[in-house]
Amino acid sequence: MHHGEQFRLEKLPADRSRIIYPPEPLEPIEDPDAAIREALESPIDSEPLRALLHAGMKLTIAFDDISLPLPPMRRPDIRQRVIEAVLDLAAEAGVDDVHLIAALALHRRMTEDELRHAVGDRVYDALAPRGQLYNHDAEDPDALVVLGETRHGEEVQISRRAAESDLVVYVNINLVAMDGGWKSTATGLSGYQALRHHHNPATMKKSKSFMDRHSSELHSSNWRQGEVLRNSGVKVFQIETTVNNDIYGDGPMQVLAKREWEWNLADRATFMAARAGLDRMSPPARRKVMHGWRAPYGLTSVQAGEVEAVHEVTTENVYRQQLVEVEGQTDVVLFGLPYISPYNVDSIMNPILVHCLGLGYFFNMYRGKPLVREGGVVIMSHPTAPEFNPVHHPSYIDFFEEVLVETTDPVEMEQRFEKRYADDEWYRHLYRTGNAYHGVHPFYMWYWGAHALDHVGGVIVVGGDPGTVRRLGYRPATTMADALEMASDVVGPRPSITYFKNPPLMMADVK
Amino acid sequence: MSRGHTALVYEDEPARFGAALAASKLRTGGGASVGPLRRDDDFDPPELPGPEWVRIQPRLSGICGSDLAAVNGQSSRWFEPIISLPFVPGHEVVADHDGTRVLIEPVLGCAARAIEPRCDPCAAGDLGNCERLANGCIEPGLQTGFCESTGGGWSTEMIAHPSQLHEVPAELDDESAVMVEPAACALHGALAAGVSPGESAAVIGAGTMGLAAIAALARWTPPSALLVAAKHGHQRELSLELAGPVPASAVEPSEIVRASRRLTGSMMLGSGAHQRVAGGVDVTIDCVGTAESLRAALAITRPRGRVVVIGMPGVTTVDLTPLWQREISVRGAYTYGTESLGGEQIRTFALAMELVASAGLGRLVSATYPLERATDALVHAATAGSRGATKIAFDTRSKK
Repeated sequence: MHHGEQFRLEKLPADRSRIIYPPEPLEPIEDPDAAIREALESPIDSEPLRALLHAGMKLTIAFDDISLPLPPMRRPDIRQRVIEAVLDLAAEAGVDDVHLIAALALHRRMTEDELRHAVGDRVYDALAPRGQLYNHDAEDPDALVVLGETRHGEEVQISRRAAESDLVVYVNINLVAMDGGWKSTATGLSGYQALRHHHNPATMKKSKSFMDRHSSELHSSNWRQGEVLRNSGVKVFQIETTVNNDIYGDGPMQVLAKREWEWNLADRATFMAARAGLDRMSPPARRKVMHGWRAPYGLTSVQAGEVEAVHEVTTENVYRQQLVEVEGQTDVVLFGLPYISPYNVDSIMNPILVHCLGLGYFFNMYRGKPLVREGGVVIMSHPTAPEFNPVHHPSYIDFFEEVLVETTDPVEMEQRFEKRYADDEWYRHLYRTGNAYHGVHPFYMWYWGAHALDHVGGVIVVGGDPGTVRRLGYRPATTMADALEMASDVVGPRPSITYFKNPPLMMADVK
Repeated sequence: MSRGHTALVYEDEPARFGAALAASKLRTGGGASVGPLRRDDDFDPPELPGPEWVRIQPRLSGICGSDLAAVNGQSSRWFEPIISLPFVPGHEVVADHDGTRVLIEPVLGCAARAIEPRCDPCAAGDLGNCERLANGCIEPGLQTGFCESTGGGWSTEMIAHPSQLHEVPAELDDESAVMVEPAACALHGALAAGVSPGESAAVIGAGTMGLAAIAALARWTPPSALLVAAKHGHQRELSLELAGPVPASAVEPSEIVRASRRLTGSMMLGSGAHQRVAGGVDVTIDCVGTAESLRAALAITRPRGRVVVIGMPGVTTVDLTPLWQREISVRGAYTYGTESLGGEQIRTFALAMELVASAGLGRLVSATYPLERATDALVHAATAGSRGATKIAFDTRSKK
């Protein structure tokens, strides 16, 4: 079981426990470059990309930021392959006015190394020195434009460069079903003024789940904003990719992808040695080792063309890899939370991100109904130390020290605190000039768990810092046995238990 | 004069000062059992040094931070010329005098010392600033409780000059009355901060001094916003209660810098020990007086802001660069005398009695002990915060 930057071995009651394992990795596409070229030549519900490119046009290529995929991909990153293919076509068509934008919305700015990793050195060196490759800035009033409102009164705001381009090519990695579609542009290239309409507790509570677009109010809102984008004349050529769940490869880490009952002597030895080795490392060294891992992922699909049509195909490809049929809900669900979430690449998984990963992501990895029954208990395993990266997460520190002391209720914190954090000049300065997440971002991370907080009867953290766990509104437990006993106070004696062994990522299709 | 009284006597035994210091470093309050404080059950109260002096019998006597510093061998040598050994500690005293309950205003100024003409501060009513603390008809001693000639509150009998005595109003019970002296110190510091309407303030520390200072600010010079750094949960709760209608937030000391940034909408600079707010609050009242609290005060106070130190600092090492670079004014606030309030000159003790009554500060007395349990009492006082307590006092009422 993942436990932050370490692993745990746990014994569960044999007569009432089940473990849901991720599916085996799908066979990857043998020639990704050929598949990309084919997708660009034969898009879905669109003319081929080369037909949309012409000399004198304004072309903007936006791409997913450092939050995808997790862990980061080994070089060459799929974004690099796609962007190079698009730029080759643009060059053939004589397009000079090209901008590349990391569509990071309110995430932190990517560093040069991270941008190089995503787009490749050749693209970076060709465009960055000329100011044609940069991070989206959601706080630059001159660089954003409001295009109107949806029929629900939601403002639609987007990068001015994108809005004024003849064509926006969006290069996406769909690590989970939530990614992509209109969320790419309507969120990734937008700002607080528009994001607040769907990144809020009311929307999150009505999103069941984020991974099922048709049951997600978050996505409905993004789709409405996408409609306004389209009607405003913003032409988007969407390129979406999916990858398999091969995050460990063939090396020693492979043991983590195996089912425990399949472990042989060598696997056991490897696991024990890894644990012992991690124990002996200093926390910074351990963090460096963990975050240094680059996954070998294989490309499983690439599709391009009209946003919504493309996304339907993409989602099916994500489901093909990740969906696991599960019979019935459970009283207690266990999550082993790893060292990484979308918002702490090369950074610290702080307590708010623990909440987000557990109740925002893992809880929502379902289609149909949640894996845990209403009133059930979520048990998460994570050290949950009160540690923060002050460069990446400055407003998280204040959120932890000020907001969570007062309330863990998403609605109350939205009303009392959100606006002040969103408008804070210091956070704005750090977001725009440093590598800080936007001031409002910790609120969004808390809101991700809003549906789960409504649904479950309790949350227990095993092995977490007790004071921190309590501040999150959860209950701390020293051991898994203690946690299960505490859970029985909520769900009754001898509850059914499901260990949802994520990652590699999977989704429960609960029948 | 009669023998047979009980007193806790602070002896002139240098070896035991060292033992107390060493023990207190090993365990909070550890100096109480090995230090120079000894119980004398056949105590001979002091002679009256002049015809005006009177004998009084303590009822309650509080344990103050300065007492703990002495008991634990941590007092500054600055005090050496203005104390006289051996002495009976105890300067927060409510006592009986001829059937009347009285409070002691313990500073031993020119009046008590029979010095005429009085020094300028005493003449102006600023008793705490007396320039004759080592002269006159009694031994050196800045206050009752640090002077060989007067005895102190940690006993069943002591002496006092009538100028030191205030009758306790009937509406104040003993627990409230014993809070008047510390409340007077705190409100003197709070008023010294000179908070103007619209100014923000921070209070570092929420023991007796901090809590009383918060009550005083709220009562007379309410800031536009108040930030309190308090170690313990009950202190944070009391802080917010005592702040009353003042918009207040209370945080752990480690969170004070960021909290002051949030309060003032400023930016932050630096990291680690050099982290500070680019702007900050207008005024900070430091009720702790350690290097850490002084560093925090300088980090959260705006350029040209003010810092008032109420907590007794002792020997500390602090980087004063911010004081220089930000042109911050730092001033101390010791005891009391006369306050200027709304154009009027009012005795601090009179204001303190009003404050204790109106803010209900008697509730801050968390526990009382007989003199026989001095070690328990002193350890409790030294660890009050972590044990959910605020003020600990000796109770000698059963001795009467």
